[in-house]
Amino acid sequence: MNLSYLFDAAHWSLSTDGSIPQLILSHLWYVVLALIIGTVIALPVGLYIGHTGRGSFLAINAGNAGRSLPTLGLLMLMVTLLGLGLTPVLIALTVLVIPPILTSAYAGMRTLDRRVVDAARGMGMRPSQVLLRVELPMALPVMMSGFRSAALQVVATATVAAAVGLNGLGRLLIDGLAVNDYSRVLAGAIVVAVLAVVLDLILALAQRWIVSPGLSGRFR
Amino acid sequence: MSTYLSNNWDTILTALRQHIWLALLPVVIGFVIALPIGYLGVRFPWLYHPLVNTAGVLYSIPSLALFVFLPVLLGTKILSPLNIVVALTIYTVALLSRTVADGLRSVDDIIVQSATAMGYRRLRRLTDVELPVALPVILAGLRVATVSNISLVSVGALIGVGGLGQLFTRGFQLFYLEPIIVGIVLSVALAGLADLAIVLLQRLVTPWTRFQGSAA
Amino acid sequence: MLRTRFAGALAAGVTLALTLSACGANDDPLSNDAGAGSSTGTSTVTIGSANFAESELLGEIYAQALEAKQVQVKRQFNIGARELYLKALQDGSIDLLPEYNGALLSALAKGGAPEGVSSPDQVLTELKKVLPAGTAVLEQSAAEDKDTLTVTSETATKYNLKTIEDLKPVADKLTIGAGPEWQERYQGLKGLESLYGIKFKTFKPLDAGGPLTVNALVKGQIDVGNIFSTDSSIATNKFVVLDDPKNLYLAENIIPLIRTTANNPTVSGALNAVSAKLTTENLTTYLAKVQVDKQDTAAVAKAFLTENGLV
Repeated sequence: MNLSYLFDAAHWSLSTDGSIPQLILSHLWYVVLALIIGTVIALPVGLYIGHTGRGSFLAINAGNAGRSLPTLGLLMLMVTLLGLGLTPVLIALTVLVIPPILTSAYAGMRTLDRRVVDAARGMGMRPSQVLLRVELPMALPVMMSGFRSAALQVVATATVAAAVGLNGLGRLLIDGLAVNDYSRVLAGAIVVAVLAVVLDLILALAQRWIVSPGLSGRFR
Repeated sequence: MSTYLSNNWDTILTALRQHIWLALLPVVIGFVIALPIGYLGVRFPWLYHPLVNTAGVLYSIPSLALFVFLPVLLGTKILSPLNIVVALTIYTVALLSRTVADGLRSVDDIIVQSATAMGYRRLRRLTDVELPVALPVILAGLRVATVSNISLVSVGALIGVGGLGQLFTRGFQLFYLEPIIVGIVLSVALAGLADLAIVLLQRLVTPWTRFQGSAA
Repeated sequence: MLRTRFAGALAAGVTLALTLSACGANDDPLSNDAGAGSSTGTSTVTIGSANFAESELLGEIYAQALEAKQVQVKRQFNIGARELYLKALQDGSIDLLPEYNGALLSALAKGGAPEGVSSPDQVLTELKKVLPAGTAVLEQSAAEDKDTLTVTSETATKYNLKTIEDLKPVADKLTIGAGPEWQERYQGLKGLESLYGIKFKTFKPLDAGGPLTVNALVKGQIDVGNIFSTDSSIATNKFVVLDDPKNLYLAENIIPLIRTTANNPTVSGALNAVSAKLTTENLTTYLAKVQVDKQDTAAVAKAFLTENGLV
């Protein structure tokens, strides 16, 4: 195992084109954009299906259907259709993050204790209040776990962007491969894995912070 | 589209066959490896968290990097399909050992205690009671692993071995949609079939789950 | 009851898995290892290609030419850049592939191709000195496909570009696109800098003269692209190919590179016959059938061989 590329200070200067910090930034940019777009699309749909129970079949099967779409193929299809640029990458990655977010939003809504919802109604809460102040907070832990797995997946998968000429940490893999520099490929793999772990930790902390203590039992 | 299909039928079939192999062999091997690992994570509870964390890290290694690195680690040839098989086996084990552990942990303690009271010893209790009861969870994990393996194989095309992924790179190099679309459709269909097969298998091996549908 | 049912179903599952595996038994992908490793004595020749259309077409032409002589062939196309497929050749994953004499020489010779070497024959002589042990080249063809620096006609007019030298004063405003391997190759950015003193503003890693590079050039995402001289997109898009007065790009004749263990009179006879018929003109024509008309590579290869009386 040759770590020379990873530990070469020259590859860590923020101002150099294609340096590791620059690639991390572009990588995160793809990841964050895909997660935001994916959440904006999938969360309302998942919540709606979970809340009303209509279209459950779709929500349950969206997960596996989405996973079965090969991201590389989708990406190459999009680049062939739309040309080089950020849009094809975002489409491919967004398709990847929608299923786990949708499915977990649905599952979070379906698995919460209906008696609590009845109690909230009995207390005279309006439907919007029930949704926002009872159902949503209670579904949050399950939803967060879906979001976290979406984030993990998209961090590892965003590397394929480099296969179609974009940036991100995949550059280290593709370029390292093209010039037969395994130390560079290794650096890419390590940085991606570390990035995934760090992102997951941050999301875990965020989860502790936003999930109601009454649910997590931390103050019990 | 039809001209493409008729001209390239053999290529497509070969790619499909390779794809099936490369995706499903790791599922079988990975499942066999994950069973004991998952069990250990339950038998020795202090192992559970290290297990889950290791699995998480392994799962976040980009597949392309694994495909490229395995020849260096294993001494295999760089175009050997073995690299793809081993890489996907690693992902499968990472995913399934956690599911197996979670499945076994989900078994109601009352069931375990009743089995013990009925005279089951540890190993037989595991194979005859705990595993069957944990099966729905384990098979759900198996579905995820199978489907994601089928879609991951195509990344191998970037290093020259990738089943249907070859159709993607081919279409991409010529800016030609047909091979890419055929590759995606076949890959999704394959995943759907494999998924369905596991669901049917699950019905067959866990007949009891059908009778309690609404009770949960 | 429960137990037998469980065991039975599990057995059924395993049988299913085994049956599935058996379906593909006749071309078990894992046999690749064994087959290629013991290429001595076996009659199967594994043919590789680089990751661009022309290389695959040439690989397919070789494959069909060998099949016509009853040689068993296995196709392993689309491997990657030279850095990758040479490794595959050396470790025995593949036995044969179409190469370009100048590019191969630059890749193999320490410090790049020797000075003063540019004609096809000079390149071949030098190349034979540096071939890795266990490999050989057969006869080279007259067909040439060079790396070029290519610009759109608008860019050419705007900066008055005719040769690579003309890029020097304006390069700091221009973006160049090529395969990622160009960052490290002498016949890429390194040679441009040391031989011509040219340093571009940015380098965009795209593909080896493929559609990404062509499209990026058309859309103005890059100003200069590395496109192969036989590429039909040059004529289609009215691109301007810049001359190379200092011969950074050597002769690039197409030549079969083969592992000596896979070579025998039948094989070399068939491949040399192909080389004898290949010209830059007919290669360009047949490549356009793949690139422009989207015809199937195998069919185009067959047409080439039939038309030239090789099968």
